[in-house]
Amino acid sequence: MIQTPESEKAMSSTQPSSLASVANARQERTHASTATGTGLEARGVHAWFGKNYVLKDINLEFAAGSVTALIGPSGCGKSTFIRTMNRMHEFIPGAAMAGQVLLDGKDVYAPGVDVTKIRLQIGMVFQKPNPFPSMTIGENVLSGLKLAQIKVENKDELLESCLVRAGLWNEVKDRLDAHGGSLSGGQQQRLCIARALAVSPQVLLMDEPCSALDPGSTLRIEETIRELSDSMTIIIVTHNMQQAARVSDYTAFFLSDGGPGEMIEVSRTSEIFSQPKDQRTENYVTGRFG
Amino acid sequence: MSDTALIPQPREISTEPRRSDKVFRGVVTSGGLSSLVVLGLIALFLAYRGFEVLREEGLGFITNADWSITLDESANVVESNFGLSAMLVGTILCSIVAVVIAVPISVFSALYLNFYAPAWLKRILVAVIDMMAAFPSILFGIWGFLVLMPSVEYWAKLINKYLGWIPLFEVEPYFFTRSPFVAGVVLAIMIIPIITSVSREIFAQAPLDRIQAAFALGATRWAMIKAVVIPHGRSGVVGGAMLGLGRAMGETVAVYTVLNIVFQINWHVLLGAGGNVASLIILKFGEASEYEIKALMAAGLVLFLLTLIVNAIANVIVKSTGKSGR
Repeated sequence: MIQTPESEKAMSSTQPSSLASVANARQERTHASTATGTGLEARGVHAWFGKNYVLKDINLEFAAGSVTALIGPSGCGKSTFIRTMNRMHEFIPGAAMAGQVLLDGKDVYAPGVDVTKIRLQIGMVFQKPNPFPSMTIGENVLSGLKLAQIKVENKDELLESCLVRAGLWNEVKDRLDAHGGSLSGGQQQRLCIARALAVSPQVLLMDEPCSALDPGSTLRIEETIRELSDSMTIIIVTHNMQQAARVSDYTAFFLSDGGPGEMIEVSRTSEIFSQPKDQRTENYVTGRFG
Repeated sequence: MSDTALIPQPREISTEPRRSDKVFRGVVTSGGLSSLVVLGLIALFLAYRGFEVLREEGLGFITNADWSITLDESANVVESNFGLSAMLVGTILCSIVAVVIAVPISVFSALYLNFYAPAWLKRILVAVIDMMAAFPSILFGIWGFLVLMPSVEYWAKLINKYLGWIPLFEVEPYFFTRSPFVAGVVLAIMIIPIITSVSREIFAQAPLDRIQAAFALGATRWAMIKAVVIPHGRSGVVGGAMLGLGRAMGETVAVYTVLNIVFQINWHVLLGAGGNVASLIILKFGEASEYEIKALMAAGLVLFLLTLIVNAIANVIVKSTGKSGR
């Protein structure tokens, strides 16, 4: 469960200095978040691929307007976990899950829930940039509206605001009719972020969004994440611990010891990197394994 | 280092393949070229045999619609008139009907197989559709004649009743039996397997990450298919349709069984009078005189060239639409 700010204050006095500089990289929020809803919660989530038990009893809360990083070695179930959040998990043949995922207190797996509505509220950015090749840049951004048959009053305004928020507007404003494939990898990924924003999700899931990108694009996307966190809940899977430290409010550490992946520890990001409670977390964040 | 250094000529790069590789290369090359050689020899044979008639008839061989030959008692040609126009029009008409009917059915079944059917049903259906491709065409013909024709005639009358004002669907005199439409329906059933399997292959290659992107944006399955799968597979479907068109134009026995062959150009698809180059050959071949056989060979050559042209057009279409969806 997520730590309260009080407990953090109590512990901050004993931070070892070596990691503190990294942990403090993210600036404290100076103004209230405009994120709506009461956030997202995973309750006792387990997952399987066929007979393969991959995720064991994950309990996590994501407060509205927070950024949570999921870290851990490959194969520990981080991606599987976030894919259970927006029900993308069930596309894989043989995939199964148990437990509940609550969005604003309502179970997204409840019978009768329209899965397409869930995915509109919980958007996703993938590891590999995947703009639609048959569409132009502008069409890509607005593709979610077309796919989900949403009508919008002022498309041009929405197009611009999404591209601005994704940090891509200045680079593409003169060639919105060009094909998405003409952009660089980092630009394509920001295009995918803009596309996810166009349907105004409450929650944005990001599955290693920078792992295929160069450092410059990575930096640009991290800025974008920080700006977006004012208005939505973000969950980001990353292998880059500096990135987790730079962008997130909370960090959860996942680990698999050969069996299903488990969540070892979750807490304020500054704490995870300075005073992990679990020895395994400390080993991981200090680079002793993984 | 020094700026006076000469820019060298690019080196010749060559590799000496091993003996085993040379042998294998020879085997594969001869295999690859054999179909080309056989096809070339057939074309040459048809041209050689048909040359005399083609020279005699000139362009009229394509533009006239008669087919008659008169012999005297010692089997010398007294008078002959050979023209293929009715047969060519009929061939194109039947094939187009077939493609128009078969393409939607094939595309929908390919989409069903790839994106909706449960795995066990998909296996069975794929096997059945592949079996359809191997089914003897004479059986399609007989089935079409005995079973399909009465109901197709009923549909044809319906189309004529409500769409008869379109010149294509006029029927005058009022005679529906053995029309190009019936032949087209039989042909459609015969080319569904090939168009389905080509479409299925190309749809299965639709990129998974794009499919996931569409779903993650709240797309329904159908919206995802429209946004990702169809743009990706469009050129493949066109290619499949053209393969089917080629097959439909060359099909002989099934068409011969159901079609009423008349030596008169008929564009009215529902009227019971049609033509088909391949069926003409089978119709006349048995009792043809030596000179008429030459005419039939020339007809074969024309059909061969027609198929070649269609395939060339198909290639152009596939290449020009190929880029956009990828």
